[in-house]
Amino acid sequence: MAWFWQRNKSKDVLKERLKLTLAYDRAQLAPGMVDALKNDLLDVLKRYFPAEQEALKVELEQRGEKVVMIANIPLR
Amino acid sequence: MKARAIVVTSGKGGVGKTTTTANVGAALAKLGERVAVIDVDVGLRNLDVVMGLEGRVVFDLIDVLEGRCKRSQALIKDKRLEGLFLLPASQTRDKEALDSEKFRLLVRALIEEDAFDRVLIDSPAGIERGFQTAATPAEGALVVVNPEVSSVRDADRIIGMLEAREVRENFLVINRLRPKMVERGDMLSVEDVQEILGLKPIGIVPEDEKVLISSNEGEPLVLKNGSIAGSAFMDVARRIRGEEVPFPDLREKSGFMGALRKLLGGS
Ligand SMILES: Nc1ncnc2c1ncn2[C@@H]1O[C@H](COP(=O)(O)OP(=O)(O)OP(=O)(O)O)[C@@H](O)[C@H]1O
Ligand SMILES: [Mg+2]
Repeated sequence: MAWFWQRNKSKDVLKERLKLTLAYDRAQLAPGMVDALKNDLLDVLKRYFPAEQEALKVELEQRGEKVVMIANIPLR
Repeated sequence: MKARAIVVTSGKGGVGKTTTTANVGAALAKLGERVAVIDVDVGLRNLDVVMGLEGRVVFDLIDVLEGRCKRSQALIKDKRLEGLFLLPASQTRDKEALDSEKFRLLVRALIEEDAFDRVLIDSPAGIERGFQTAATPAEGALVVVNPEVSSVRDADRIIGMLEAREVRENFLVINRLRPKMVERGDMLSVEDVQEILGLKPIGIVPEDEKVLISSNEGEPLVLKNGSIAGSAFMDVARRIRGEEVPFPDLREKSGFMGALRKLLGGS
């Protein structure tokens, strides 16, 4: 429905923001701390996998009750 | 809901707890239940004015808890509806006077000795002591939430705290929904809120100016027919009593979008 005026729906933005915020709230984590950890991890990973710089990813994911941090390291 | 003692709570203030307590309480009484609604917002008493019973307050919750009067003396009987009673909050005492163990015993006594079918507890905003006390006797909760960022976030905190307190029968009352904004994608839909909070709705109440008018007049909406919000609260009461009541489609039936939907064969 409404395909003829595709625009960013503000509620989709809100939904993504809320999901992440609640994940941090539930895990009782400070988002800035997690961000710093994420960046540190990425730096270490880049040292070991310099060829994969672009493909390396560290992300938070909600898995049922738990929030997990996932490092994605393609090992060819 | 099996729960007889139900706390109405939200975390964030001003989202519709008192409105929900007054209307669902009146609706349950209308359906034949014996209902006590209790205002636990000590110092910020409001359930009395929303229900239009302010002129009859003599004793209050803290008077009962501290033994200055009997339960039956503090309970105000609503003359418009058989079986509806209000226990008002204290307006002058401070919150510290509210003892949660005594409060739990009072609610038990209302159910076990005074034969109330249902006790609805109007919780104060916040996650601190007032909320904690209000939740102490509860077996279930109506978590009132507006489809809006801060309300949803606070509801999530409250749901976590209810679970930690082993309040188990919890449902959402999604209040102040604006179907047009949902349709445009500028407001979270019922499904979105349910997905984010992981709790089922027992009520979906649209934004309706009759809500304000009814509290101006001190006449719960469910006493009169003809408002969308009133029938939404009536439906909440039916669902609490275990009836299967489908959620009505709140989208605009007329206007451009409605016409377009009909044209495209939607419902
Ligand atoms: N569905 C609705 N449509 C329009 N107005 C509403 C609706 N629900 C509540 N309101 C209005 O919102 C205001 C706040 O409602 P209410 O007092 O019930 O909230 P509350 O959660 O009890 O607030 P507090 O946290 O201060 O106790 C009131 O003016 C009420 O009339
Ligand atoms: Mg209130």
